[in-house]
Amino acid sequence: MNEIVFFINKVVIAGSVIGSIYAMGAIGVTLVFAILRFAHFAHGDLMALGAFFAFALTALMPGVGTAIGLPTGFVMLPVAMVLTALVAIFLDHAFYRPLRENNVKPVVMVMASIGVTLMIQGLIRLFAGTSARNFFFAESKDIFRLELPFELARRKIVITEPQILLFLFVSAAVVSLHLFLTRSRLGKAMRAMSDNPDLARVSGINTGVVVWTTWVIAGGLAAAAGTLLSLDVTLKPDLSFNLLLPIFAAAIVGGVGQPYGAIAGGFLVGFAETLAVFNWSILLRPLAPVIPDWIEIPDKLAFVPTEYKLTVPFVLLVAVLVWRPTGIFKGKVL
Amino acid sequence: MTTRLPRELIMFGMLGVLIAIVIATLGAAYGIRMLVEASCYAILALGLTIQWGYAGLFNAGVMGFFAVGAFMTMLATYPRNDAFWSSDAPGQLITIGIYALIGAAVIWVISQLHRIGLPRKLRSLLMIVTIGVVYLSVVGALDPVGDRIESEMGFVGGLGLPVWLGWALGGAVAGLIAWGIGKVCLGLRSDYLAIATLGIAEIIKAILKNADWLTRGTLTVSPLPWPVPRPDELGFVLARASYLCVTAVLIAVIYVLLQRAYRAPWGRMMRAIRDNEVAAASMGKDVNRRRLEIFILGSVLMGIGGAALTSFTGLFDPSGFLPLNHTFLVWVMVILGGAGNNLGAIFGAVFVYILWTMSEPAALFLFDIARSLGQQWFDWQPPSDLDSRALQMRVFVIGLTITLVLRYAPRGLLPEKLIRHE
Repeated sequence: MNEIVFFINKVVIAGSVIGSIYAMGAIGVTLVFAILRFAHFAHGDLMALGAFFAFALTALMPGVGTAIGLPTGFVMLPVAMVLTALVAIFLDHAFYRPLRENNVKPVVMVMASIGVTLMIQGLIRLFAGTSARNFFFAESKDIFRLELPFELARRKIVITEPQILLFLFVSAAVVSLHLFLTRSRLGKAMRAMSDNPDLARVSGINTGVVVWTTWVIAGGLAAAAGTLLSLDVTLKPDLSFNLLLPIFAAAIVGGVGQPYGAIAGGFLVGFAETLAVFNWSILLRPLAPVIPDWIEIPDKLAFVPTEYKLTVPFVLLVAVLVWRPTGIFKGKVL
Repeated sequence: MTTRLPRELIMFGMLGVLIAIVIATLGAAYGIRMLVEASCYAILALGLTIQWGYAGLFNAGVMGFFAVGAFMTMLATYPRNDAFWSSDAPGQLITIGIYALIGAAVIWVISQLHRIGLPRKLRSLLMIVTIGVVYLSVVGALDPVGDRIESEMGFVGGLGLPVWLGWALGGAVAGLIAWGIGKVCLGLRSDYLAIATLGIAEIIKAILKNADWLTRGTLTVSPLPWPVPRPDELGFVLARASYLCVTAVLIAVIYVLLQRAYRAPWGRMMRAIRDNEVAAASMGKDVNRRRLEIFILGSVLMGIGGAALTSFTGLFDPSGFLPLNHTFLVWVMVILGGAGNNLGAIFGAVFVYILWTMSEPAALFLFDIARSLGQQWFDWQPPSDLDSRALQMRVFVIGLTITLVLRYAPRGLLPEKLIRHE
């Protein structure tokens, strides 16, 4: 039983955590893909930027969280989301819109977004340095150890407060995104523009507002993902670059332009990563009496060493591009 | 109009003055070192300019091809490690290689099973299981051998081959990897190519950094041999100057060949595909095949450029491959110089590289002023790592340059000249 608890701790919980983060990032990427039709490379940096906003606010007002009973970083999250959404709108205004109006090729937009990536990265490191930071400098991180009601399980299921908050937040975000896209006028306008921008424009949809909404959703979710991830582990400036490839993989695996696909893709990539680096020998060892003698259980049986974790989203991406370029949810092929 | 000097002449004249100033103020040895490095970057930029400028392909993983070139030249030219060759490890590696080949053959056979009427789903399932088993057994067999090589003999060592062969191998393997990526991505929109190349570059770096038995990982390998006598035989200036001759000849050869290709029907077809893919395809051009050709060709050049630069620095350091220095800097060179214009790429490479090397002391100097003024006027306590932060300012400037050039001068300083046949 201990082994199964270990599996839950290392795979189920860790996979859901990283999957939620990827899902939130991938929703933003896929929406930008759908509405503005380019791969937004600066998305990882929007995440890092949001996390740094939350961190700066936490450092300014460290006592707020204890008063409410939640981690301060989480209390500051709405403010950080608004700030990041404003930055996203500003970036669009300053860098993407002029190019869009010149009718440049989509690739040029991609290049511009890489330029924006470097600018945000440079600014973050200029103002915050390159070292890792911990959100919990003034308060302690609550860790819950759940006992299982079985005799055999001596290990406990470990889950931290930020992780619980992350799961709650992601569920709330997904439900409200679903309601927004299916029930509200603006959400329907977004879907219309994603399906056919010209038709949307001639039928009187204000495309400017739709673009703004896209950036608000993408920026807000990016800030939330970055902050919640940094609350769970630590805040590092190179967070952005490591997240970029898994997020793109999630968006493409799920089907470009499909928000639900992005959620599915995010969890798929997250679980694939954790399952690939998990040491399967631990689960096999209790089976040793059953397995015939000639099969030897190695000490370490992981598909991919942890250092090569990045290959997992890449392999998934390539597999999807080869076999099913539309992704799971039949998205666009750009 | 006729009395005006051609734009290229003015630009290169200014560049010459800039180089002269650098050499005069910082000494010939330093100036020539900078020029050699800039010339290696020019090879990288030529590789990128044909991918982006001739064919409109977005390669966000220049670093990966650079690293492959660097690794191959290290493997080929570094002196042989006798401890490795006299042990039984090479034999074991060859056995594992044969197993891997057998595994690949089995996978290929399974991929052809639909010919004898196997349902597609069953074939896919069988294939995934086989790939998993083959992969796990090869990696499982390789791990102990790698560990043994690492603990007993350090690392595999080089092959002791001549340097030019190392560069050629670097280009060839970079081209091989480009072929694999291009096969997968070139039929789709160029965004996918950007994502895939970004990913493969990071993966190549991760492998080079962690496969200690093959590359010595973070311990780095040095010194690598030069194609010309090293400075301890000729002195810094002469040795570096002769290295510069080698790279200059290389650039000249590449330039002439590329110019010929640009003017040839092949180059015309490439531009036709870039400017209007649908029209080109409807005229019967095999768009994806041509793109694959030029993607491979560009990556080969990047591999050679990376190999040449690594040989020159004499140090193979996998953690030194940075997307900023080895991908985005090359991007700035190409778009600032003028995409699609080979002279522009060379100009951009030398010009941007000089600015880049000068920007480090400049940034430190500016922040030093800021620090002393801040302390005097506002009683500001600067953070202790201000110097390392000052260098991050260059990241910002590179990003700003990319966005500004794209917006205000999308064709660069030396724009591509369109030849019109009236």
